[in-house]
Amino acid sequence: MRIVVGHLYPDYLNIYADRGNIAVLARRAAWRGHELEVRTVSVGEPVQPGEHDLLYVGGGQDREQELVAEDLVAKADGVLAAVAGGAALLAVCGGYQLMGRSYRDLNGVDLPGVGLFPLETVAGDARMIGDVLLECELEPGLLRTLAGFENHAGRTRLDPGADALGQVVAGFGNDGESGYEGCRVGRAVGTYLHGPLLPRNPWFADWILTQAVAHRLGEQPVFEPLPDELEQQAHAVSAARARTRGGKR
Amino acid sequence: MRLAVEIALARAAGRLSRLARTGGGTTVPGKLLWKVDPGAVDRLAARLPLGSALISATNGKTTTTAMTAEILRGRVRLAHNRSGANLVSGVASTLLDARGAELGLFEVDEAALPEVSERLRPRAVCLGNLFRDQLDRYGELEHVAAGWREAVRALPTEAALALNGDDPQVGDLSRDRPEAVVFGVDDPVVARPALQHAADSKYCVRCGTPYDYAAAYVGHLGDYRCPTCGHARPPLDVVARQVRLGGLDSVAFRLETPEGSEDVTLRVPGLYNVYNALAAATLARALGASLEEIRAGLERFNAAFGRFERIAVGDRRLLMLLIKNPAGANEAVRTIVDGDAPSLAVIALNDRIADGRDVSWIWDVDFEPLFAGLDRLVATGDRAAELALRFKYGGLDADAIEVVPSLERALDRGLELTAPGGELVLLPTYTAMLALRQVVAERGFVRPYWEERAA
Repeated sequence: MRIVVGHLYPDYLNIYADRGNIAVLARRAAWRGHELEVRTVSVGEPVQPGEHDLLYVGGGQDREQELVAEDLVAKADGVLAAVAGGAALLAVCGGYQLMGRSYRDLNGVDLPGVGLFPLETVAGDARMIGDVLLECELEPGLLRTLAGFENHAGRTRLDPGADALGQVVAGFGNDGESGYEGCRVGRAVGTYLHGPLLPRNPWFADWILTQAVAHRLGEQPVFEPLPDELEQQAHAVSAARARTRGGKR
Repeated sequence: MRLAVEIALARAAGRLSRLARTGGGTTVPGKLLWKVDPGAVDRLAARLPLGSALISATNGKTTTTAMTAEILRGRVRLAHNRSGANLVSGVASTLLDARGAELGLFEVDEAALPEVSERLRPRAVCLGNLFRDQLDRYGELEHVAAGWREAVRALPTEAALALNGDDPQVGDLSRDRPEAVVFGVDDPVVARPALQHAADSKYCVRCGTPYDYAAAYVGHLGDYRCPTCGHARPPLDVVARQVRLGGLDSVAFRLETPEGSEDVTLRVPGLYNVYNALAAATLARALGASLEEIRAGLERFNAAFGRFERIAVGDRRLLMLLIKNPAGANEAVRTIVDGDAPSLAVIALNDRIADGRDVSWIWDVDFEPLFAGLDRLVATGDRAAELALRFKYGGLDADAIEVVPSLERALDRGLELTAPGGELVLLPTYTAMLALRQVVAERGFVRPYWEERAA
């Protein structure tokens, strides 16, 4: 089966090795006999609802982020309709902020976002940089951990009742205070975690792929497990880093 | 008087650090001095009769500084931070150690440049390139670039400025400094077919439009022009043309300056070393070196510490190339593959402060050109498994990857897999390089870095 990924602005938003995430999705899909086709969606190109099974948007430096922010807002209707139609979405770091309702910069100016995630981000002075470990419950009763690295000045506040991606075990998370990290709306997930995120968190890579396939087939596939010893080792080292040095200024 | 006491104290601390074998003692005296009296650095530098020259860049500053030192050798006595201690404390330590020096020649950390420049009031500054590097430590590229703009603005007009015109961010610094001397490469034959993934400043620094590149040489370094506002590479004053890459052994080029031209053959490889040589030539020229001295110095130069080293280990050799960020690592890979693509490599990834705690940069490196020849990869260092994943998901056969976190064991494994008379390719990050060198030194093959002194 062919899984179609819409990669938003790979030329601009690629600062934290976003192509690593894409590579992991492609290989893990291929090992299950699926082909991942990645289509670039760049400046001036609309998101056509239904075209993509998964939308991916990464992070950029402030300068690159400013260059695409306006264009992304112009794509908002397409993105919202795509996700409402069951497409999966993964937004990392800057992409996560842009998918929220608004971003208030250091001058106090509110910049509109896509409005997919029920959250607002406010720029802060001190960056929150370091290793992070989360505990997630994406399926009821199934607790799993995500290990990554965060580097953001924005403080992201979820609306009351909104679902986070996970609880912070070690690290800063959305705002350094709430104990929550990321946001989830159905098959759409936003997070500050890069590293990149997916190589050392194979269960999450498979979860994202499962959501994408579900969009295509209308039901969740069951994936055979893969030999993930290296991935588990990398996860363990990264998780240990977070426990010893995450969330410290 | 007070300065004299401080100097004596700080020097004693450096000797203690070396005696205690806690390190080279290369920054301890400076750190102490800085704690006791931050202004002492300024006064120490002010005692240099010929003043100071500073070199900064994301990639190549150690090599460029060492090349400049080689050119100036015999002409002046230098205070030179050759061990690469390039923060204010490292500069202070070098000044403490350099009795009788006439000229200060310092490589300076990109983020530390504004402060070092303000304290030392240099007579010449050479700025090489800005690439994304250790975002967890430096913050974003734009932040470092803003610091550089400020440092250049604060320089007195009589200070000489050497700028790499091929880097849009750096070249743009010449806008308000018409007397700046701009260097660059002009040889489309050695250009890359396309901008690399790790190119950073690919959007116009003035208006944000993607640049058109007539030629891209290393990352985003090249001959660029903005189709919207017309911002383009400034005219070059010091130029490299007719570049001839000589595999792993050398690179030759025609060095053109306002005073004339010379053919130069470097004993180090790669186009990136042509950039380093251009930077060194432009700076040395500003410091009074003749074209002949520049050529001779560049041709004498034989690799800076750990950047590109061949070390004999018994009946085998190590070829060690430092990797520390995507742009630099891409050049290391390109250099190796241009030689004779190896069938075995040991790659070491540490994640300490000096390496960058965020290891995501390895996914932005184009390691793939190595894959074709590689039938064994030994991944080592603190983040060996992470590195192994980079290769696994890049498409290298999982059976070809060995994960050996211990650097020493990985080195031995690599040597064991290398035939007698053969060469083992080692690509370590900074602290892994120091540790590997120490292992080799303990076995008696190289001296510890703090014992090395320019003749």
